[in-house]
Amino acid sequence: MSPVTERETVELTMGAAINQALDQALADDPAVFLLGEDIMDPAGGVMQVTQGLSTKHGRDRVRETPISEQAIIGAAIGAAMAGLRPVAEIMIMDFLAVCADQLVNHAAKLRFMSGGRTNVPLTIRCLHTGGFQMGAQHSQTLEAWLCHVPGLNVVVPSTPADAKGLLTACIRNDDPCVFIEPAALYGAPGPVPAGEHVVPLGRADVKRTGSDVTLITYGRQVHDCLAVAAALEGDIDVEVLDLRSLAPWDSEAMLASVSKTRRAVVVHQAVRRCGVGAEIAAFLSEELWGTLAAPVLRVGGKDTPVPYAKELEEFHLPQAADITEAVRTVTK
Amino acid sequence: MSVTRDTLLEMYRTVSRIHACDERLRGLLNQGKIFIFYYSPRGQEIIPAAVSACLRPDDYVVTTYRGLHDEIAKGAPLRELMAEMLGRSGGTCRGKGGPMHISDPRSGLMVTTGVVGGGLPIATGLGLASKLKADGRVTVVNFGDGAANIGAFHEALNLAAVWALPVVFVCQNNRYGEFTPIHETQRVEQLSSRAAGYGIPGVTVDGNDPVAMYDAARTAVDRARAGGGPTLVEAMTYRFMGHFYGDQMPYMDQAEYQAALAADPLPRFRAQLLEAGHASEEDLATIEKEAGAEADDAIEFAFASPPPDPSTLFEDVYVEVRR
Repeated sequence: MSPVTERETVELTMGAAINQALDQALADDPAVFLLGEDIMDPAGGVMQVTQGLSTKHGRDRVRETPISEQAIIGAAIGAAMAGLRPVAEIMIMDFLAVCADQLVNHAAKLRFMSGGRTNVPLTIRCLHTGGFQMGAQHSQTLEAWLCHVPGLNVVVPSTPADAKGLLTACIRNDDPCVFIEPAALYGAPGPVPAGEHVVPLGRADVKRTGSDVTLITYGRQVHDCLAVAAALEGDIDVEVLDLRSLAPWDSEAMLASVSKTRRAVVVHQAVRRCGVGAEIAAFLSEELWGTLAAPVLRVGGKDTPVPYAKELEEFHLPQAADITEAVRTVTK
Repeated sequence: MSVTRDTLLEMYRTVSRIHACDERLRGLLNQGKIFIFYYSPRGQEIIPAAVSACLRPDDYVVTTYRGLHDEIAKGAPLRELMAEMLGRSGGTCRGKGGPMHISDPRSGLMVTTGVVGGGLPIATGLGLASKLKADGRVTVVNFGDGAANIGAFHEALNLAAVWALPVVFVCQNNRYGEFTPIHETQRVEQLSSRAAGYGIPGVTVDGNDPVAMYDAARTAVDRARAGGGPTLVEAMTYRFMGHFYGDQMPYMDQAEYQAALAADPLPRFRAQLLEAGHASEEDLATIEKEAGAEADDAIEFAFASPPPDPSTLFEDVYVEVRR
C-alpha cells in the first residue's frame, strides 16, 4: 500500500469523517481522550459515531460516563485545565441546558477569570436534530445561546470534509469549542482528505458563487440553500456562503460577498428571533449601510417550541420555499 | 497524637496568616477604604490549615467564594491575593477575577468558583487527569454545606466514586447556606452520611479541632493518593462574620452564635500549643507578628499596584485577542 498523501480523498459519510477525526486525534496526541454517555463499544454512540474507538484506544481514553451532563463537562474542564485535551459528548444539544453552569460559568470564563493563568482546551461534541419528530426537548438548535457567551468557540460543519477538518481544529484549539453536528447530515457522503486535515476556525467557505444575492448559512441549511440556488439558476444568480464557524466568524468573507451582491438572506434552522441571523443582519447593516440594495432578510424556525406532529414540525422549520421567497423578495 | 509538633506549628503559621489578612480586609472595609463584597472565612481557618499540611505543593485545590483561607493555606502569594481582592493589575488574575474567582495554578489553586457547588465536577476532572497521567497528585475540593443540596454535588461524587478518582471532598459545614440555617434545608443529621449513597467513605470531624481535622484529612488524602478513591469529609465549623461582611445576621440563633464565638478555634489552638509545651508564648507571638507583617506588606503592595489598563479587557477571553 502506498502512503496516504495529503490530497488523497476517500468517500465518507459525515459520521465516519467525525469518527476518523477522533481516531486520528487519539492516535496523534496522548493528551486527547473522549468521555460521554454510551460512547463505548459495542454501542459506539447513539448514532454509532464513536464506534470502534474504545476497542482500539481502550476504555481509559474512550470513557463511558453516567447520565450526568454537569459531571461530564465539569470532568472535562478539570482534565483540560490539567493539560489534557478532552472531547466530551453531550448527546443532543438540548441537553446543554442541563450542564449550562459548567459550560457558561466555568469553561467559557476560566481563562478570563484567572487573567490567563489557566485555560480550558475542551471540545464538546453535540448533535442537533429537527425534522425527525423528536419533539420540543430533542430538536432544538441553540447555537445562538452559545455565541452570546464570550470565551466559547462555536462550529457547525455541513460536509464530511469540513466535519473532519473543523473537529481537528477544535481539538487542537486551546479554548473551549462546541462542535455541533447536524444529525440529518450524518449519513450524507462526500470526499474527505484521508490524511491530516485541518479547517481553521473562523473561515467561511463559498459553497457556490453568484452575483445577485448571498445566502449566508451553516450546517444542514447549506444544502437547502444550494438546492434553492440550483433551482433558481438562469433566473437569479445565488451565492451560498457557508459560515462553518459562528464564533469566531468570518466577517471578511461576509463583507466581501455581500459587497459584491448587495443583497443578503441569512438562513438557519434555529428560531429566527434573536438567532444568529439577527446578529448577521445587524452586522451587515452597520457595515454596508448605503450600499445594500435591499434589507437583510432572515429565514429561520418560527417562534414556537419545536412541535411533534409532522405537519406542525414542517410548518415550524424553514423550508426551501421560504428561502426562495426571501431570495425573490430581496431581488425584486 | 499523630500530628507532629512541627506540623502543628506550621498549621499555626497558616491560620495566623489567614487571620492577619482577614482582619486587615475587614478593617479596610470598616474604615471605608475599600468597597468590595467580602466573604470572610473567620471561624473556619483550621480546616484548610490542616488539609494543606497533608498536601504536596503540586496537589490541586478547588474552592468557593468563601475561599481566602483555602487560598492562603495552599500557598497562594499574599501580595497577589490582596491585589486581586482590590481588583489591581498585580493581582493573581490581573484584576479580572476578584475575591470570588482566585486562581493561582503555580500553587495548585486551580479554581475559585462563585457558583455554589460548581467546583465539584471540575475537581473530578483534575482528579481524572492525575489518574490518567499517573502523576500521583491529589485534588481537594472545598465547599459549604449549602453545596451539598445542589445537583452538581451528586453528579460529582458519583462520578468520582465510579472512576475511583484521587479527590477529597471537604464540606466545610458552617451551618448556614447564605441566609438560611441548615435545619431548614436538609433532613440528615450529618452530610457525611450521604457518602454511603455513592459507595465511598464519609466522615464527620470537628473542623475546628486541629488534631482531629489533621487526622481526618491525612486519612482521606493518603487514601486518595494510594489509589483508594474519593472520601467525603464533613468538617464541622462555624461562620463568624455572616454570609458577606456587613451582613447583619438577623437569621442567626444568638445563643448558638455566642457559644460558637466563645469556642473560637484560634485562641483555643493557641492555648493547646502552649499547654502541650509545643511552643512558648514568645514563639507564638513571633509567628503572629510575622504573619501580621506579611499581611501588611501584602496590603501595601495591593494599594500600590495600579488598576488594570482598560486595554487589557480583550486579553484572556481567548488564547488570541479578538475584537
